[in-house]
Amino acid sequence: MVKVDGNGGDSSLIQVRDLDKTYRRGGEEIHVLQGLNLDVSKGEFVAFMGPSGSGKTTLLNLLGGLDVPTRGSITVAGDEITHMSAGKLTEWRARHVGFIFQMYNLIPVLTAFQNVELPLLLTKLSKAERRAHVETALSIVGLTDRMQHFPRQLSGGQEQRVTIARAIVSDPTFLLCDEPTGDLDRKSADEVMGLIQELVSEHHKTVLMVTHDPLVALRAHTTLHLDKGLLVEAGSSPQAVSAGGVA
Amino acid sequence: MKFNRIILANLFRKKVRLVLTIGSFAVALFLFAFLGVVRDAFSRDNLASANRLIIINRTSIINPLPLSYRERILRIPGVKSVTHNNWFGGTYIEEKNFFPQFVIDPENQRQVVPEFVVPDDQWKAFLRDREGAIVGARTMERFHWKVGDRIPIKTPVWGSWEFNIDGVYHGTRPGDDETQFWFQWDYFEERVPQTSKGQIGWYVLRIDNPDDAPRIAKAIDTEFANSPYETKTETESTFAAGWVKQFGNIKFLIVTIGAVVFFTLLLVTGNTMAISVRERTGELAVLKAIGFSDRKVLGFVLGESLVIAVVGGLLGLALALVAVPLLSHALSGIVPVLILSPTILLTGFVAALFVGFISGFLPGLGAMRMRVVNALRRV
Repeated sequence: MVKVDGNGGDSSLIQVRDLDKTYRRGGEEIHVLQGLNLDVSKGEFVAFMGPSGSGKTTLLNLLGGLDVPTRGSITVAGDEITHMSAGKLTEWRARHVGFIFQMYNLIPVLTAFQNVELPLLLTKLSKAERRAHVETALSIVGLTDRMQHFPRQLSGGQEQRVTIARAIVSDPTFLLCDEPTGDLDRKSADEVMGLIQELVSEHHKTVLMVTHDPLVALRAHTTLHLDKGLLVEAGSSPQAVSAGGVA
Repeated sequence: MKFNRIILANLFRKKVRLVLTIGSFAVALFLFAFLGVVRDAFSRDNLASANRLIIINRTSIINPLPLSYRERILRIPGVKSVTHNNWFGGTYIEEKNFFPQFVIDPENQRQVVPEFVVPDDQWKAFLRDREGAIVGARTMERFHWKVGDRIPIKTPVWGSWEFNIDGVYHGTRPGDDETQFWFQWDYFEERVPQTSKGQIGWYVLRIDNPDDAPRIAKAIDTEFANSPYETKTETESTFAAGWVKQFGNIKFLIVTIGAVVFFTLLLVTGNTMAISVRERTGELAVLKAIGFSDRKVLGFVLGESLVIAVVGGLLGLALALVAVPLLSHALSGIVPVLILSPTILLTGFVAALFVGFISGFLPGLGAMRMRVVNALRRV
C-alpha cells in the first residue's frame, strides 16, 4: 500500500507527515518540499519521478536520514527520525537504510568483497560471519566470481551490482536508490532493474527509487510524481505511463 | 583492527605520494636528530664537574698565567688540588690530522680529572718517560696507534716533536672526550723558548664543596687583582658555555633551524593530507551515508597521517642511529663527541607524532564536519 493523503494508518513501514524542506539561497527561501505526506508499506517498490529541482533527491535524502526537514516528521518502523541527533541518525542509517547511488560510489582501493563488507564492519559480527554475509550478498547479485576484483576491473553494471550487494548485506529495513541506472547502458540498466525487482519480489525488500526514466519507473509497483515540492498524484505505474506521463 | 585495512588501502592509493611524504618525514626527523646531537655536543654542561673551577687569564684564554700562582691558589681555603694545562695545537703528519693536545701536570692530573681513567701500569710508565704521552681511546683508534708507538707531532709555534705512547685513557661517562693527547709539563718546559718558560695556559682546580664555588672564585680573582696577570675564575660549566659562545649562539641557531624544518614538514604533510582528503570527499561521504560516524571518518584520516608520521619518523631516526656514530668518527677531534641520546630519539618520535596528528587533524576535522548531502551532490 502506498498513500499520499496522510491517512495511511499506523501499519505503514514509512510514514511521512506534513514534510517541509526549505533552503535559503542568498536572501531567498526556496520551498523544495511543502506539506508532503506519504505512507509506504513493507515490500513496496515505489518510484519517484519529476523534473529537475522537483525535490526527488531531497525527499530521498530526508527519508534516508541524510538531511533533516524544516518541518514535519518521518517515522520508519516506529522510529521517528526527524528529531534524532546526528550521531543517532548515523547509527540508524547503518541499521535501517541501504543506499544505491547513480555513480556507484564504491571505494576504488577496496575489492568488491571489501566494499560489500563495509557496512558489516560497524556490526559485532565475527570475521567468518561477515564473510558468509558478504558471499551471500554477492551471490544474490551474481558476482561471486568477481569478489576479489577492484572497481576499476568491473563494468558499470557490475559496479552497480556491487553497490546493491553493499546496500543489502546488512539486511536493512529499506533501500533507497538514486537514479540507479542513470549511468548505465540499456542492457546493464535492465539487468540492474531486474535485480532490484528480484530483491522486492523474492527477498521482500522495500525499495524507494528516484528516476528520470519512465521505462525504469515501470518496474516499480507505484510511481509518485513530484512537482515543485508536492506529491501531486499516485497510481500504479503501467496505467500512469500509458496515460502519457507519470502518475 | 578491522578498520586498519581501510587505512592501509587508502595509504597505498598514491604510492609515489606516500613514498615522498614518508621520505619528507624521514629527512626531517634525521635532521632533527642530527641537530639535537650537535646542540647536545655543544652544550654538554652535564659532563662538567660541579666541584671543578677553571682559572684563565682575565684578558683571554690565549694569554698565559704564571706557574708561580699555583702555590698561592692552593692556600685559598676550600681548594683541594690544582693542576695546569697548556694548549699545544699540533697535527700528526698532515694538517688534516688534527686532535687536541694538552700539556699536563702529571702529579695532579688524575686527582683533578678522575673521570679519565688510565691503567696504573701505563700511568707509571708515563711518569717514568719524559717524552711519554697518554692518548684518548678514540684518537688511538682513529690513527691505528698502539702503546709503544713513537709519534711525530708538528706545530707552527713549537716546531716538530716526538712522543712515545705509554698509555690510553678512557672516559667513564657517555660523551666523555676520548680524543685528547696528554704529555708532560717537564718535557714542554724543557723545549720551549726562554720567554715561554714558567707560563701555563690555565689552571684546573678541585674544590671540597661545590657550594663554595662562588666564594672561592671570587677569592682567587681578588688575590690576583691588579697584578700583571689578572685571573678569571669560573665553574667548569660556565667556562664550557663561554667556550661554545665563541662559535656563536649555536643553541639558538639549531633550535631555529629545527623549528623551520618542522614547520615546513607540517605544511608539506598538512597539504598532502588535505589534498588526499579532498580527492576522496565523495568516498568519505558514502562511508558516512552507510553509517560510519564522524569520529570514525576522522579516525581514518588521522590514522593515515599517523602511520605516515610513525613510519617516516622511525626511518629518519634509524638513519640517524646509523649516521651519527659514523659522523662522530669522521669529525673526531674537530667537534665534541656526537651522541644520539634516548632523549633525542624520544623527543623526535613525539614531535613526529605531533606533526602527524596536526597534519591529519585539520583535514580530518573538515571530513568530519562535511555534510553528506553536499558532498554527494559534488560526486
